[in-house]
Amino acid sequence: MSEFVFKGRLWVLKDDKGNLIEDIDTDQIYHNAYLHITDISEMGRYALGNLEGWKDFPSKAKPGDIIAAGRNFGAGSSRQQAVDCFAALKISLIMAPSFGAIYFRNAVNSGFPVLKCAELEALAEKEHIKTGDRVEIDIRIGKARNTSTGETFQVEPLSSVQRQIYEAGGLFAFAQSMEER
Amino acid sequence: MGYTVIEKIIQRHTQQEVRPGHIVWMILDVRSARDFGGPNVVKNFQKEYGDKPVADRKKTFFTFDLSVPACSLKYADSQQICREFARRKGIKVYDVNEGIGSHVLIERGHAASGSTVVGTDSHMNILGAVGSFGQGMGDVDITFAFKTGKTWFEVPETVKVILKGEFNAPSSAKDLTLFILSKLGTREAALKAVEFYGEPVKELSLAGRITLCSMVTEMAGIVGFVPEANDRFLKEIQDLSGVEYRPLTADPDARYAEEIEIDVSGLTPKAAAPFQPTNVKDVKDLSHVSIDSGFIGSCTNGRTEDMKAAADVLKGRKVKQGVILKIVPATRRVYSEILKQGILDDLFESGAVVSNPGCGGCAEGHIGLTGEGETQISTANRNFAGKQGKGNNYLASPRVVAASCVLGRIASPEDL
Ligand code: SF4
Repeated sequence: MSEFVFKGRLWVLKDDKGNLIEDIDTDQIYHNAYLHITDISEMGRYALGNLEGWKDFPSKAKPGDIIAAGRNFGAGSSRQQAVDCFAALKISLIMAPSFGAIYFRNAVNSGFPVLKCAELEALAEKEHIKTGDRVEIDIRIGKARNTSTGETFQVEPLSSVQRQIYEAGGLFAFAQSMEER
Repeated sequence: MGYTVIEKIIQRHTQQEVRPGHIVWMILDVRSARDFGGPNVVKNFQKEYGDKPVADRKKTFFTFDLSVPACSLKYADSQQICREFARRKGIKVYDVNEGIGSHVLIERGHAASGSTVVGTDSHMNILGAVGSFGQGMGDVDITFAFKTGKTWFEVPETVKVILKGEFNAPSSAKDLTLFILSKLGTREAALKAVEFYGEPVKELSLAGRITLCSMVTEMAGIVGFVPEANDRFLKEIQDLSGVEYRPLTADPDARYAEEIEIDVSGLTPKAAAPFQPTNVKDVKDLSHVSIDSGFIGSCTNGRTEDMKAAADVLKGRKVKQGVILKIVPATRRVYSEILKQGILDDLFESGAVVSNPGCGGCAEGHIGLTGEGETQISTANRNFAGKQGKGNNYLASPRVVAASCVLGRIASPEDL
């Protein structure tokens, strides 16, 4: 059974001025110098490796952690590694006000939860969510709670399509399951 | 509440309710892969589904256009991998002799108005020019499309762009496109569909619509449509494709994310300077830039009308000594038309190199890379650093490229 309720520690991707970082592109997430790597388990150590202030992220991240990023997360190239590197670290989900179109497709296709959250900028600005807080998110209904502060907020729940692919374990597996039905 | 053009097309291809932001399963009328991305599709398909068939071989195609005939071993291998897979599965290949895949799909009537088409080509949305929802995707998506005949899609919002005013030669659809691009940049239309309205676009021919819609990619848009059409265009597209063209109109109460008005009165020839397509300037302000080479072709400006526009400038003139002009018709059909209409002769006599159809010098795969320090003026759609070799690329219309190659500097035909 696929998991739908995630409890984890939060990383809020802010710059040194305390603003949520926008337009984080795929080279900042996973630099093109490592595109030759094909083994997913090798990719984790390069996650956010080119993002100013976050280069040590892989050594600090723990399985189950949750990422909150600024708008247009994953802009740029179509590299799948920019999604897989987070899966390798066992990050459970990423939320952002919006995502790059291809990045979003790649994540959905590989069964990795990416969730839009319109209030994220306001929440981060008012420090209603901070790095280190513990959050609980039900991705079926989009209900989220900062258990460190008690604050609740809403994320866009998985669409029915996203959920079908997620439950099957990715796009290719979903094609198989379509046949079996 | 009514539907925009994109919402209508998607609604005809899904059972789910179509509204911006909804993610729906969409039936695909055509799925294709080219010599770039195609081999990965084959690899994925074999790994995931082995000997199983594709969903519908009559709706599945390979089109080779990037390196045709293959000019590196890598592309030769890639094309052969696709051919062998196609033979096993009974899929049609438009091989290295045919031309740019998206244009071939239009000419062969595969991309009809109202249809949904995907392929491993980031400019597949060019099909908006003929009222088809085309979309470029990665090899994972296309593999799934081959297998199931479906894809998922997030219904985009639509922006309405209303063009006002009039413009005349030597300005052309390309100058109009670059001008619009300079106004919209990469944010206004980002992740959205665009509908273009107004006299300046209503009067565009098929080639002009293709030029405009191809560069919606550079505006970061999903796809662009030109819903209004005159009888001349309707006849042109029907004669070319052999299928009935049904104009697509948005409902009067359709909802738009934004309406943007752009006045194009007195439009002058434009060129995009390195290294962004949005870095648009007036040609007259670039007359100090001397050039080493020119390229006329690509999915943006590779049709007979584009070749004719260049030939009209070049006829009776010579490409300047020391400058190389490379010309690549978009398809075999275009090649045959320029041959029969005497256009090829005018181009050849000017001193230009004219090659077989394909993407040509647009991408780093076929003829005419640029070397370090080389300055080229091109009719293609992108001038990012490294896209066509190490040189600097300016983007302009066929007329401006032709005139520039005669004078050896960036110029408009009026300067001749
Ligand atoms: S001409 Fe250039 S942009 Fe167009 S399909 Fe070919 S490579 Fe892509």
